[in-house]
Amino acid sequence: MPSVSDNARVFRKSVGLTLRYVVLIIGAAIVAFPFLWMIFTSFKEPADIFSRTFRLFPREWNFSNYASVFEFIPFASMYLNSVIVAMVITISQLFTSALAGYAFARLKFPGREVLFYAFLATMMLPEQVRIIPSFLLLKQMHLIDTHWALILPWMAGPFAVFFMRQSFMDIPQSLFDAARIDGAGNGRILFRIVIPLTRNIFLTLGIFTFMWSWNMYLWPLVMTHSMSMRTLPVGLSMFQNQMGTNWAALMAASVMAITPIVVAFFLAQRKFMEGITLTGIKS
Amino acid sequence: MAREEGALGRYRWYRSRESRIAYLFLLPAIVIFLLFTAFPFFHSLYLSFHKWSILTPNKPFVGLGNYRALFANADFWNAVKNTLVYTLGVIPGTTACSLGIALLLWKGIKGRNVLRTIYFLPVITSLVVVAIVWSRIFDAQYGLMNQLLDLVGIHGPAWLYKPGWAMAAVIFTSIWKNAGFYAVIFLAGLHGIPDMYYECAKLDGANSIQQFFHITMPLLRRLTALVVVMLTLNSFKVFTLVDVMTGGGPMRSTETWVNYLYRQGFQSLRMGYASAVAWVLFFVILLITLFQMKYIGGKRDAIGQ
Repeated sequence: MPSVSDNARVFRKSVGLTLRYVVLIIGAAIVAFPFLWMIFTSFKEPADIFSRTFRLFPREWNFSNYASVFEFIPFASMYLNSVIVAMVITISQLFTSALAGYAFARLKFPGREVLFYAFLATMMLPEQVRIIPSFLLLKQMHLIDTHWALILPWMAGPFAVFFMRQSFMDIPQSLFDAARIDGAGNGRILFRIVIPLTRNIFLTLGIFTFMWSWNMYLWPLVMTHSMSMRTLPVGLSMFQNQMGTNWAALMAASVMAITPIVVAFFLAQRKFMEGITLTGIKS
Repeated sequence: MAREEGALGRYRWYRSRESRIAYLFLLPAIVIFLLFTAFPFFHSLYLSFHKWSILTPNKPFVGLGNYRALFANADFWNAVKNTLVYTLGVIPGTTACSLGIALLLWKGIKGRNVLRTIYFLPVITSLVVVAIVWSRIFDAQYGLMNQLLDLVGIHGPAWLYKPGWAMAAVIFTSIWKNAGFYAVIFLAGLHGIPDMYYECAKLDGANSIQQFFHITMPLLRRLTALVVVMLTLNSFKVFTLVDVMTGGGPMRSTETWVNYLYRQGFQSLRMGYASAVAWVLFFVILLITLFQMKYIGGKRDAIGQ
């Protein structure tokens, strides 16, 4: 038979646990509510939005808000710009940093340490400092307002190089020795052995890079100016400035803009969390 | 003798071949870094000593003139002040929320993964979308915030149109967006603490509050310090949230350092002056980073992996 103090402890414990659930659920509601509000607002009629009393669900479901986005802004080409820019940046960063990471991790050459630390040091230089001279340089190259202005500067990233080097260094030397005895060259070793072995790293880094470039704002804001060259974040911000009163269309555009990343997140949650925690330090 | 020479020769040949391959592998990354990191680094320093509106061809050398003008400019100090206010609002709020979420989620919660997913949603959402949605939520009349406040009898302010309230709204949005990110970092840190410590403490009769203050807190101290540094660095570079939510207004009450840089460089086209703004920012960021490296160490150390 449990003593009084045991009962008290059990009681205290269950109160504590209940309290934890309550706080966690309130917190989750605060986090989730803006998303719900955004989604439901995107289906509302103007009269429904601009009413003084709070109402989450639309009185009538208006699907035409989604179509109207395409009338106000070149939404499709903005979407395409974002996809192109994020894809090309991600693939080329993986490629350049796999090559560089392999060299730093597995090859001996004069200046290796110096070069590596030079790479590391560039991580400290924020884009805000580089943006003016980069703009001037891209202007000289006549690349302003093209995809290249958004892609070229980000085709290699110091963090990705650092990350690849670390993971390539963890591969046992015996694998490399065996491959060399079989007569494999460095390119073959990298693409046939190292990359397949570290495909998880590639996925993690790829997700992170894609998400980062999909969400870029300051850089494309400066480097592009015609509406059809804008990427989604900048386009949405412009849309807000011009059509700020059309909340339903604005919310519809927002929903469409975040859908791919959210879907990808639900498909590969664990990878996302790993990617963000391991690579988060970059941002 | 001859054999030795041959071996040495082959060795050298191999080494130089290996070097050549290494440089070849490094080439793409190096070219990009030279063009868009190394060159801009020096070029922006050079520009900061010159007076230059991009429209005119002449670019007179002004020495420290831009820096002197900068430090004498009230708008610059206003931007620095706003950046500090933002930073000081974001740090305690985000740290408390993320640490709270992590501690509450950590042990013995059913549905932990679902909750963690929800808390993480703002992290993966585009910052511009977050800013757009929250500026509607903070709308004076039709926004969710004031409509909910009305339900409990509070008449909310015109958030984004009142100095003071606008910054509060931006800070709130920033905390909402980032708490989940730092919570995941804290969770990784908490999972790094060996269960053994708690079992020993239980055997010694320590209750859960004692366990928290004597085991969890001391072990999390370094990680918390690191989170504070990361928050500081990110806060000093804040731009998007402010630009989309308030555009720096009302009356420049939310204009931060980078917003000021952007306005000077790309709206007033004062490239030299804006470069000086960037360099002072870089200097501050460098100091914070060096401080972190000296006293706190990297994230891997802090998480204990």
